[in-house]
Amino acid sequence: MKPEITKVTSHISHNEALIFERSQTGRIGYRLPPLDVDDVPIDDLIPKSFQCDNDLEGLPEVSEVDVIRHFTRMSTWNYSIDLGMYPLGSCTMKYNSRLNEKVARISGFANLHPLSSEDDAQGALQVIYELQEHLAEITGLPGISLQPAAGAHGEMTGVMIIRAFIDARDGAEVSSQRRTMLIPDSAHGTNPASAHLSGFSVKTIRSTAEGFTDLDHLRELCEGGHVAGLMLTNPNTLGLFEKNIQEICRIVHEAGGLVYMDGANMNALVGVARPGDMGVDVIHLNLHKTFSTPHGGGGPGCGPCCCTKELEPFLPVPRIVRSKTGIPAGPANSTDDVYKLDFNYPQSIGRVKAFFGNYGMMLRALSYIQTHGHDGLREATEAAVLNARYIAKGLAGEYDKPFAADPMHEVVFTDKLQTRKGVHTLDIAKRLIDYGFHPMTIYFPLIVSGAMLIEPTESVGHQELDQFIDAMRSIAREALEDPELVLNAPHSTRIGRLDEAAAARRPVLRWKPKQAATAT
Amino acid sequence: MRYIPNSPEERAEMLRQVGLNSAAQLFDSIPKDLRLARELDTPAALSEIELLAGFERLAALNPGAARERSSFLGAGAYQHYIPTVVDHIISRSEFFTAYTPYQPEISQGTLQVIFEFQTLVCQLTGMEVANASMYDGSTALAEAVLMAERVTRRSKVIACGAVHPEYLEVVNTYVQHAGIELVHADFDSATGQASSDLAKLLDDKTAALVVQSPNFFGCIEDVAALAEKAHAVGALLVVAVTESISLGLLKSPGACGADIVVAEGQSFGVPLSFGGPYVGLFATREKYARQIPGRLVGEAYDKQGRRGFVLTLATREQHIRREKATSNICTNEGLIALAATVYLETMGRRGLQEVARQCVQKTAYAAKRISELDGFSIPFTGPRFNEFVVRAPVNAADLMSKLASDRNITGGLALSRYFTDRTNDFLVCVTEINSRAEIDALVDALSTVSEPEDTKTQIE
Repeated sequence: MKPEITKVTSHISHNEALIFERSQTGRIGYRLPPLDVDDVPIDDLIPKSFQCDNDLEGLPEVSEVDVIRHFTRMSTWNYSIDLGMYPLGSCTMKYNSRLNEKVARISGFANLHPLSSEDDAQGALQVIYELQEHLAEITGLPGISLQPAAGAHGEMTGVMIIRAFIDARDGAEVSSQRRTMLIPDSAHGTNPASAHLSGFSVKTIRSTAEGFTDLDHLRELCEGGHVAGLMLTNPNTLGLFEKNIQEICRIVHEAGGLVYMDGANMNALVGVARPGDMGVDVIHLNLHKTFSTPHGGGGPGCGPCCCTKELEPFLPVPRIVRSKTGIPAGPANSTDDVYKLDFNYPQSIGRVKAFFGNYGMMLRALSYIQTHGHDGLREATEAAVLNARYIAKGLAGEYDKPFAADPMHEVVFTDKLQTRKGVHTLDIAKRLIDYGFHPMTIYFPLIVSGAMLIEPTESVGHQELDQFIDAMRSIAREALEDPELVLNAPHSTRIGRLDEAAAARRPVLRWKPKQAATAT
Repeated sequence: MRYIPNSPEERAEMLRQVGLNSAAQLFDSIPKDLRLARELDTPAALSEIELLAGFERLAALNPGAARERSSFLGAGAYQHYIPTVVDHIISRSEFFTAYTPYQPEISQGTLQVIFEFQTLVCQLTGMEVANASMYDGSTALAEAVLMAERVTRRSKVIACGAVHPEYLEVVNTYVQHAGIELVHADFDSATGQASSDLAKLLDDKTAALVVQSPNFFGCIEDVAALAEKAHAVGALLVVAVTESISLGLLKSPGACGADIVVAEGQSFGVPLSFGGPYVGLFATREKYARQIPGRLVGEAYDKQGRRGFVLTLATREQHIRREKATSNICTNEGLIALAATVYLETMGRRGLQEVARQCVQKTAYAAKRISELDGFSIPFTGPRFNEFVVRAPVNAADLMSKLASDRNITGGLALSRYFTDRTNDFLVCVTEINSRAEIDALVDALSTVSEPEDTKTQIE
């Protein structure tokens, strides 16, 4: 039985070679103004031995038309948010507004050099300051640095702050006994990697059968005074709010540790609950998730680090601060305000990135916050959670839902009901492509066998959610009635499943000219 | 809210279907005392018209970016010509609204672009393997230092003092808990290049020698000689490049013997944007491929033998190796790597050479004119690409603000920002963007605003 697929059909898909295979000697894609100063022999300026001697062999030579067609053709091979629902769990693939793109391209920002004097960049600094203020309000944590370039970078920053704080509090000798970071078994892989970068050894906390942090195991691990902190995602990666969060924070604090919250799932909380009110000490946000800056095929991101007043002295430098110019304090944003770079934080962990971070993402995030307003921010959170709840309900009969608790913004299912016929999560994901959807996050979190983590975000309407649910139900039926159809999916793409094992065994990581390729 | 598709009626119906009466009940799993009982104290929603007006108003408070301002500011971020096609291509929603290519069958566009990017980075740096990008040049350098420690299992790293000061600060932050001893080596105050005494600091505990070329002062290092010194003690040579246009004219670090090359790719079609997002390039030798941080894209084939591309060698990465991963990096700078790829393919072999040549010629012209001014000198003798240090007869920071206020020229970077004792030195950068008329105007402004009577009034 061939099921009816309503959302996609095959269409023209151009083939396109690598640019190096397209290149033709003598083609030109640029024109510069003629040189308007004396043309001195280069050898008089730079020693011959320092100059390139291969004439940049191998670099492409193509026309502008070649470039446009090359990239346009390749672009059509991508799925994207603008095509449809992109339910990657824990990735928050929400709509990327065109208005935010326009804001980031305003020449007064786009053409501003990061080493401009403070006088030359007051508007740019005010943007950073205002975004800091809003993020402080949203998280309930007043100390902010926007310097980290991505979530993992923000994690590293936060964990280094914890280490610096404990070193300052306990003194080097005592604190050297406190080098354990606790991380739940459901956490993102970046958590342990970031902890390791900061010199911590990692101990893993079990999750309970209900999908929450195991408090008894936490207490046990906290004994002995070795624990520097806990890295917790909330809602956790199973989509569940850690209802014992206050007790968790209390246990860690009483043991002398600090609580770091991975803010990857903040889209479930904005305007509803604040990490600072829960007892969390430091958190990172992902502006490219919760605040809609585009994912760009894998970046750029922006991973602000937000912390308590107590941890503020340890944030990266420079801090962007507001000061009044001798005139008595006026209302915020009055013309008396001057924005400054403040380097004077002797306890700072240091700089984590050149300049101020991914500034273009800050503009977009501020635009997002201003476009939504406080009521719109809450509305987005409600819609994101409602959509996930709707999917949880819609799929509960056909797929195994391993945790009974109501999910927040994302929900996890497994392939348990399908494996009997040999159909696994990967196959379900690939078959979903044929129905016109990007697959969900698969095989994560690691503690759930055959996990399918679905995060619809608020950017999906009722009808498309129904289409998604119908597609998933249809695949469940296919898995019973015609498993081969699912096992060989996708059927609608320009290429089939690629042999990833072979690719890793003999990696080809760059193009080489034919002769050279056979020589090595 | 216009970005949320469902109408209030649809939402009410969905709530009913999941068995709830109100949206507030969606959050019943959050303990009551943790639920925010008030509205967020953030601004009320703005229309597109109001919002754009607000941002335009703020943008106007950045005279450093005004069209009438001519700028000679470089020092790690450069103004270059950006072909119009770059922004058009990165604005295609198929690229900018996609994520990391986890599902290769529907991500071949992104994957093939990254494969081309990796190839271009290899060609330009003279290396064999390049990754899918890092956050920027500074973090790429920090990752290179960590990698050198992994490869050599040695713990001392010598960093030349002529590396960008902010890069060194970032490296310092990254290595502070990694058991790596970071030793700063002085540069030669006559040439502005790495000191020949540097060899004395190298020993059999040294994991890497870190240099930048062209360095922070614009001087081109003798990379081949430095590679020889590093290799003589079994250390790796790590070369950082902040001005990647230089790769269009200078011998590649790989051809000079570098083991790891990192670069800031901002010069390849990426706007200044007050410091980011930029893109870090990271390349190394094939034998170290499994020690490289970050994502890698490789060629793969389907059952019908059709060529495609996939993320590969993932067993190095955090989502599999967790705390044993080569780095914690997950998201990189995909879209900016795309911009750099479009730039490099549009400019092509000849365009990149031409931009590099114009930078060198215009810089030589500016340096010659400024050095002829009374009281001004060029303290470093090393060969230069498109930046050079000028010693003024007056305080350089004051001189720069006077140039901005009186002549609407950003004259460069007063070095006192990073080197407190260099009060009269400033760093000038000249690119293909700066016309001869702009250079002449800078020279004229320098000659008049630094006249002695001026200086006197400033000091008093």
